[in-house]
Amino acid sequence: MTGFKEGVQSAIPALRRYARALTHDADVADDLVQDTLVRALRSQHLFNGGELRSWLYTILTNLNRNRLRSLARRPPLTAIGDNDAPDMAGPEGGGRDIERALSGLPEEQRTALLLVVLEGLSYREVADVQGVPIGTVMSRVARARIQIRAYLDTERPVLRRVK
Amino acid sequence: MNNNDLPVTEDELHAYVDGELPADRRAAVESWLAAHPDDGSRVAAWRLQADSIRARYANVATEPIPPKLRLERMSYASRAWKIGAAAAVIAALFIGGFAGWSMRDLAGNGPNPFEQLVAQALDAHKIYVTEVRHPVEVGASEAEHLQQWLSKRVGYPFRAPDLESQGLHLVGGRLLPTTNGNAAAFLMYESASGERFTIYCTRAKGGNTALHYDAADKAGAIYWIDDNIAYIISGSASERKQLWKVARAAYEQIEPRVPRAARGS
Repeated sequence: MTGFKEGVQSAIPALRRYARALTHDADVADDLVQDTLVRALRSQHLFNGGELRSWLYTILTNLNRNRLRSLARRPPLTAIGDNDAPDMAGPEGGGRDIERALSGLPEEQRTALLLVVLEGLSYREVADVQGVPIGTVMSRVARARIQIRAYLDTERPVLRRVK
Repeated sequence: MNNNDLPVTEDELHAYVDGELPADRRAAVESWLAAHPDDGSRVAAWRLQADSIRARYANVATEPIPPKLRLERMSYASRAWKIGAAAAVIAALFIGGFAGWSMRDLAGNGPNPFEQLVAQALDAHKIYVTEVRHPVEVGASEAEHLQQWLSKRVGYPFRAPDLESQGLHLVGGRLLPTTNGNAAAFLMYESASGERFTIYCTRAKGGNTALHYDAADKAGAIYWIDDNIAYIISGSASERKQLWKVARAAYEQIEPRVPRAARGS
């Protein structure tokens, strides 16, 4: 079963990217990835030999949902100075914009959009990860896009005036 | 009416952006977009969103993978090996007694920096466990402040392990100097019957080690280095079994989540 471990190993960079986009926090993201890897190694015997990558995304997605649920029971924490950080990523320094727009989405929409757009999963694979029909995935992606566009349309003019 | 003449649906526009559109509908969607500028600009906006998302996070996948995410570090086998190695050391001590194992013997052969640290931790243990009125600088009632303060001074995020499972509650902690000029975090735990255990923790150079045991006078220590942080758990040498359990409980809590900031420094 060395193939299993190698497969998990090679998925780590993508899992970190996905987790970072889900959480916007490098430490929380890597904790999520770590928990995912530990669980995957422990549950190796449960892996049914399907698409390993989808299986790992499924574990991470579920762990993140559990994390958000437990967070919802606590008062929210806001990082100090987060908004002041310079952001070079993305066209016109729009990385921070897209980050805010993503974090405003409901969890299942953010997950669906990121898996499709960032991780390149097919609608079918995302449906498996989220445990819903393909049609639901498509409507989640569609709603996410509408909300992000609305968010960016209301934010952008303010930023343009500054230039 | 062939496929090209069917009206284009909303779902197809998304499928087009996501590369999921059947090939025989591609031409239809493209001519639809040319004829419907509103839809064309929506599709362009979705593409821009996708580009921004990828641009924002692409670099994460090319960053070096932090050590805590290395598979060999988290596999159950490797942890069991470390713990097994420590158990073997302790079993050997039970069988063979202390001959050749005391720090004083090691010191005669020119102690390495890590051995010096263990000796300092044992000295601190012996001094402070007998202290009745002022065993710690900051008490457990200010545990949060204690951890922040020690993290700041020692230079990496530091959490006091929860040892309630071993019947030990946190008394508090203090900051100590080390001979190499670093600061050490020193935590004290106490059982209901007054037995005290301490954790001494500081930056240390050296590769990761398995758990080791050493004793000096009446104090014993189980120690290891993980990611340039040395952890030394001390207790009474006459209670080696319990010391071993305490060290293992602390190790279980510390090892899976070694702080990121400690890497490579």
